[in-house]
Amino acid sequence: METRSNHTLIVFAGLVALGLAAPMFVYPVFLMKVLCFALFACAFNLLIGYVGLLSFGHAMFFGFAAYISGYSVKVLGWPTEVGILAGTAVAAVLGLVAGAIAIRRQGIYFAMVTLALSQMVFFFCLQAKFTGGEDGIQAIPRRPLFGLINIANDFVFYYVVLAIFCIGFLIIWRTIHSPFGQVLKAIRENEPRAISLGYAVDRFKLIAFVLSAALAGLAGATKAIVFQLASLTDVAWQMSGEVVLMTLVGGMGTVFGPIVGAGIIITMQNYLAGFGEWVLVIQGAIFVVTVLLFRRGIVGEIMALAQYMQRRSRPAPGARGSAQESPAE
Amino acid sequence: MFELIGVPPQALFGQLLLGLINGAFYALLSLGLAVIFGLMNVINFTHGAQYMMGAFCSWMLLQYFGIPFWGALVLAPIIVGATGIIIERLFISRLYHLDHLYGLLLTFGLALIIEGLFRQQYGSSGLPYTNPIPGGINLGFMFLPWYRGFIIVFSLVVCLGTWFMIEKTKLGSYLRAATERPDLVQAFGINVPRMITLTYGFGVALAALAGVLAAPIYSVNPVMGSYLIIVVFAVVVIGGMGSILGSILTGFGLGVVEGLTKVFYPEASNTVIFIIMAIVLMLRPQGLFGTPK
Repeated sequence: METRSNHTLIVFAGLVALGLAAPMFVYPVFLMKVLCFALFACAFNLLIGYVGLLSFGHAMFFGFAAYISGYSVKVLGWPTEVGILAGTAVAAVLGLVAGAIAIRRQGIYFAMVTLALSQMVFFFCLQAKFTGGEDGIQAIPRRPLFGLINIANDFVFYYVVLAIFCIGFLIIWRTIHSPFGQVLKAIRENEPRAISLGYAVDRFKLIAFVLSAALAGLAGATKAIVFQLASLTDVAWQMSGEVVLMTLVGGMGTVFGPIVGAGIIITMQNYLAGFGEWVLVIQGAIFVVTVLLFRRGIVGEIMALAQYMQRRSRPAPGARGSAQESPAE
Repeated sequence: MFELIGVPPQALFGQLLLGLINGAFYALLSLGLAVIFGLMNVINFTHGAQYMMGAFCSWMLLQYFGIPFWGALVLAPIIVGATGIIIERLFISRLYHLDHLYGLLLTFGLALIIEGLFRQQYGSSGLPYTNPIPGGINLGFMFLPWYRGFIIVFSLVVCLGTWFMIEKTKLGSYLRAATERPDLVQAFGINVPRMITLTYGFGVALAALAGVLAAPIYSVNPVMGSYLIIVVFAVVVIGGMGSILGSILTGFGLGVVEGLTKVFYPEASNTVIFIIMAIVLMLRPQGLFGTPK
């Protein structure tokens, strides 16, 4: 357990180093987009990977937080950091309401309920005055963070987004390695047994749901400031599908899978932007191929391979202990 | 003319009629979803895309082969149902031993592929389909176009026919038995995998039938299914998938409620079904006709 956590931290440190150096080579706005979606996917993965709940409506938290942060910064003139926090807080409240309704059903029904609830939020955003309808909220200003940090500069802002991402990631990492996270995994593996052991399963699920919603909101609120835009695309069901795809491709229930998945899907969208509707077809095809051929996702398959090699070279009894982060079956 | 609660009767009955028609589509689609889910434990996310394929198939039959509406009403469900059988054999059948969520993800991917291909080919704007039964009758309090009346009666007949087949015939009893204990039914010498394949084809054909019926009312367009399927999911959650008659009743009932909302509080007409879903989940989580497990 302890050594595995350390491994994760070492990989994480490596990724941070990579993140620090990346803007020397890659366009920072693109990197910021990847980081926002990586955080979004990590938040989604907290539910599917560690509680076994498939939310098909996470766009409602991402998109609604984007609207709140955009509106409070542009129209109300709040400071940027307060705007982002406001978006996150509203997403958490929305998560509390949506979660309280959705956790009343399990499995496939949970997915359908979350999808329906997010469609409701979509229509609300379409009709409400403050969201700007089809236009969205455009030209959200990038005012200095805390009055000092000039985030109008993409390079500077990139490091701020990297810091936000790291905070979000460490919260998730801390959660899944806490006693609370162990109970979540117990619920994922065998819910009736967790109930019979005396755990208030619904309360654990709800807390995890709110946490996931808040972090998805943090990602959306940040994204609104990065692109200076909050629009209906962010709350539409296609966005919910995209975050599922990112997590699935990277590896559900792996710590780093969602980051890898977000990187791949965003890169792909970037290169295929000129191909119109083929993007939809290709995304669908990736879904089908991943589900049929490598359900554990890229990171999940690599970990399974590493485990297999380890077991072959050293058939020690302790080797199987590392199966703890295998994807949800 | 008299007025009802401040609303002219023409508007009220007009929306009620439209509500019943939408309800007929909800009923046909949720019925197909329920039949598929009952036997396969797969929520068919492709259902909306298959409804759209039904509408397109009927449009293509008319456009390229000159086959009129009445021919398409028979042919399109068969053609789209056959593509469903191919999809089941090629993809879905490989997932039965896994968690149900993978079935959802797979069919979602298939829906994206189908919708993307049609959008690539035909764009997102609608294609017109001429009304096969023009004209109508003035009932005094409202004008009833023949075709709209036909949709309601026809889909009601199809829904009740499906109910009769599943609940009252020998074939239906096999189906219900296989839903309960597939292994035992297989042991009696019934080919359960083939039954599953045909059931999926049948559910898809129902979706395609709804699409054919919808083509003359709504324009035929590639995105017509993806919005509808989310509403149908909510309908299914409200009704619970345990009961066939329950699905039919919930479908028609919610269509009417939606129509009435359009008259009295149009702002909420898009969301009313989702709000009802949330209320039902709080009061009776298993759905109106579902059984608690």
